[in-house]
Amino acid sequence: MNDVSTVAQWRRVCPLSEIPRLGARVVRTAHGNVAVFRNDTDEVFALRDHCPHKGGPLSQGIVFGRHVACPLHNWTIRLEDGKAVAPDEGCAATFPVKVEAGEVYLQI
Amino acid sequence: MKKMKLVMVGNGMAGARALEELLKIAPDLYDITVFGAEPHANYNRILLSPVLAGEMTLQDIMLNDEDWYRDNGIKLHLGKKIVRIDRVARKVVAADGTEERYDRLLLSTGSNPFILPVPGKELDGVITYRDIADTEAMIVASGKFRHAVVIGGGLLGLEAANGLRLRGMEVTVVHLMPWLMERQLDKTAADMLQKSLEKKGLRFLLQKETAEIVGRDGRVAAVRFKDGQEIAADLLVMAVGIRPNTDLAQSAGLYCNRGIVVNDTMQTFDPVIYAVGECVAHRGIVYGLVAPLFEMAKVCANHLAQFGIGRYEGSVTSTKLKVTGIDVFSAGNFGGGPDTEEIVLHDSVGGIYKKLLIRDNRIIGSVMYGDTVDGAWFFQLMRDGQSVAEIRDHLMFGQAHLGNAGHQGQNKAAAMSDIMEVCGCNGVAKGSITRAIKEKGLFTLDDVRKHTKASSSCGSCTGLVEQILASTVGGAYTPQATVTKPMCGCTELTHEEVRKAIRAQKLLSIPRVIDALEWHTPNGCASCRPALNFYLIAAWPHQAEDDPQSRFINERAHANIQKDGTYSVVPRMFGGVTTAGELRRIADVVDKYKIPTVKVTGGQRIDLLGVRKEDLPRVWGELDMPSGHAYAKALRTVKTCVGSEWCRFGVQDSTQMGIDLEKAFWKMYAPHKVKMAVSGCPRNCAESGIKDVGVIGVDSGWEIYIGGNGGIKTEVAQFLVKVKTKEEVLEYAGAFIQLYREEARYLDRTVHYIQRVGMDYIRKQLMEDPANRKALYERLIFALQDEKDPWVERIKGSAAHEFEELSI
Ligand SMILES: Cc1cc2nc3c(=O)[nH]c(=O)nc-3n(C[C@H](O)[C@H](O)[C@H](O)COP(=O)(O)OP(=O)(O)OC[C@H]3O[C@@H](n4cnc5c(N)ncnc54)[C@H](O)[C@@H]3O)c2cc1C
Ligand code: SF4
Ligand code: FES
Repeated sequence: MNDVSTVAQWRRVCPLSEIPRLGARVVRTAHGNVAVFRNDTDEVFALRDHCPHKGGPLSQGIVFGRHVACPLHNWTIRLEDGKAVAPDEGCAATFPVKVEAGEVYLQI
Repeated sequence: MKKMKLVMVGNGMAGARALEELLKIAPDLYDITVFGAEPHANYNRILLSPVLAGEMTLQDIMLNDEDWYRDNGIKLHLGKKIVRIDRVARKVVAADGTEERYDRLLLSTGSNPFILPVPGKELDGVITYRDIADTEAMIVASGKFRHAVVIGGGLLGLEAANGLRLRGMEVTVVHLMPWLMERQLDKTAADMLQKSLEKKGLRFLLQKETAEIVGRDGRVAAVRFKDGQEIAADLLVMAVGIRPNTDLAQSAGLYCNRGIVVNDTMQTFDPVIYAVGECVAHRGIVYGLVAPLFEMAKVCANHLAQFGIGRYEGSVTSTKLKVTGIDVFSAGNFGGGPDTEEIVLHDSVGGIYKKLLIRDNRIIGSVMYGDTVDGAWFFQLMRDGQSVAEIRDHLMFGQAHLGNAGHQGQNKAAAMSDIMEVCGCNGVAKGSITRAIKEKGLFTLDDVRKHTKASSSCGSCTGLVEQILASTVGGAYTPQATVTKPMCGCTELTHEEVRKAIRAQKLLSIPRVIDALEWHTPNGCASCRPALNFYLIAAWPHQAEDDPQSRFINERAHANIQKDGTYSVVPRMFGGVTTAGELRRIADVVDKYKIPTVKVTGGQRIDLLGVRKEDLPRVWGELDMPSGHAYAKALRTVKTCVGSEWCRFGVQDSTQMGIDLEKAFWKMYAPHKVKMAVSGCPRNCAESGIKDVGVIGVDSGWEIYIGGNGGIKTEVAQFLVKVKTKEEVLEYAGAFIQLYREEARYLDRTVHYIQRVGMDYIRKQLMEDPANRKALYERLIFALQDEKDPWVERIKGSAAHEFEELSI
């Protein structure tokens, strides 16, 4: 039998339309805040809302291409894998995220 | 689709840089093949001197090793010299028969050292100074022999001589001209240089012409001069100049004169063949320093990537001698002429000499010896063609004397130890900077900023960082171009060009700009988007589309983000005046939302710190006060003193004037924050002298000052005009601010803008042309008409998603 509590589940977050293009929403979870981003081609990404530099809230940054610039000191973080763009080093945790029938789901 | 084939001949500094730039912007466009005649991958040629001097190793100076080529899928042929280009079959042929076809060919064959046509030049022990092999030969010789002669007292010759001396040889430098480095230094500086080098043990023979190299058993033994004198030599280094390596191009029928002739896009007369580096002649000029070659590389890469925007228009260069402990700097024209003026500072005992040449209030050249801290700054002023009329009297004392509260230039980079802090904002020590420069092969301030963070925050250490850069990589360091620099990596266009296009083509949204001006990126970056957003709104008020996602979080959330992710709220108090009712509401809000800190700011307002984002709309609602824009690039405060209403000295009602100014201009977005102040008399209690616009009441009216700044670099505001009435104060202040809004680069404060265009220009716009002044003022008033208070909008529910968190 599966131990249900350890299996990550897909959870509905909100309709895609409620995340602004080139913007993000903050999702409060049991594991801390998660930033869910949407870029201009409607790709979605989810990262822990915590910059690897000094913990800035990435959800508040400017989104471009597949990147977000941290609002505190402007590090650039890649949305796909949470890695800071060279020459900076560091990484924000990522979470699986998908869009189905216009709804955003997060696995956590 | 099959990739195009790019072949590069010559694997030196310029060529490899072009490839780096190309891979950055178009990594997948070409299959690349590289031929290099040397057996080494790409190394930093200019650091051969520190290697010779024993200060670095060959390992230290590699820029791109063989792995780099492999990782980027580049086929690398080392030790293979190309001997023929077949332009019909579009292929190159190497000496060993290797062939490669090309769709685009890039020539970067550098130059060859010039060899004096004197008898004996073929003898063993007669060498030039150009590559690793030469350097190794010199190192070996220094272990075996005693007498070295270097012919040529230029940059290269002196560095060779210094290196050989440090390796224990007796070195004599022979120079044809009456003083050393005559192309870069005047006699005074050269004499000082010669003295210091003599102290290091070098000997000099000036105005000597070599007649013959005397050999014994096939090896050099002595040098004989035209005047009959002869000196012993077991090693003879010729450093008498270089000649662009054009043989290959010429044999392929490409047009060459002094070098391979190229146009502004780095194309030769055969448009599929490009050339960059020391081998080219651009507009008749051949460059022998790295900085211009890198600019060429960038333009060339841009064209190879098929963006086709950048143009190379020539460079102004500077020189710095890389001999440890000796500071020499020179740039531009130092000879002067009838229409130039000189400013000279000469302290022969202290070993300091500085000369600036000025024409029409602009620096056209400089020579410095002993204290070169401000070299980078002078060079910058010169390249930008910036007017120095207003700073002329303290120009010589350097940037540190321009009212700088930071620590720029106060320490001489050379005198600093490795553990001393250079960048206070980011805690970067000198050692980390020099290490990064050497290990990562950095040449520009931008690179150093990216890799070390030094000078990337407040910028007050910029001069110092440039100084460290210059002394580490010599004349190769590339000062930041402030005039022609593109906005950011997404475009080749400058701020000015973008602003012009927005106006001329009536572009009304960011996607339109990105499309029309062919940005390299789909939606810009965090640096260009906020600028574009502002430029659009400033050019087309009420018409352009404001994009909240292109504003920094402060302006998106209309509150200032703090280090812990909470926000601060500063309600507006016009002219610094408040009421008991407002204070009571503030107190209630503080209690209700458990706001941890309440502070009176430097701009005489009340700051509520530590507000949670989701509380913001309610906090604003209950405060029921207008937005203070303390978060925005906009008009912040108008500071006032109590003025004639209460003060016994006051001659004007400064408080009311402050209120009037603030009511007229609040809600105004600008390239950066704008601060104003009004004082009731020249005692100036409101500190109007360090504001973007400062107004001081005098008996007969008001004096207006502009361009002050109390920030990182304290700048005293400059007098603009004295007027009589309140209406005039509003008009002049408004017209100036509008000029700044229309012409400044995003994130320039008024002082930076004024420095760039010159105070004369501002006066012309505002004083000599009243119609223009009125028009400017009216454009500002039009832009501000019906502008909404963002807090009121948010209280009503606009952009609610911005403030609500989701939960799952
Ligand atoms: C000791 C020394 C110190 C210097 N110090 C400074 C300094 O402080 N500041 C500064 O700005 N500049 C300095 N310079 C000058 C600077 O190094 C040059 O301007 C720069 O390296 C030129 O770059 P390039 O790519 O045009 O040529 P190079 O770097 O010379 O590269 C050309 C390459 O092409 C190869 N090649 C030529 N023909 C062929 C062919 N037919 N087939 C295959 N390969 C070929 C050559 O072997 C060479 O490796 C210094 C130079 C030297 C030698
Ligand atoms: S500036 Fe003059 S008027 Fe204003 S408070 Fe000071 S002394 Fe009084
Ligand atoms: S906290 Fe993100 S850049 Fe500093």
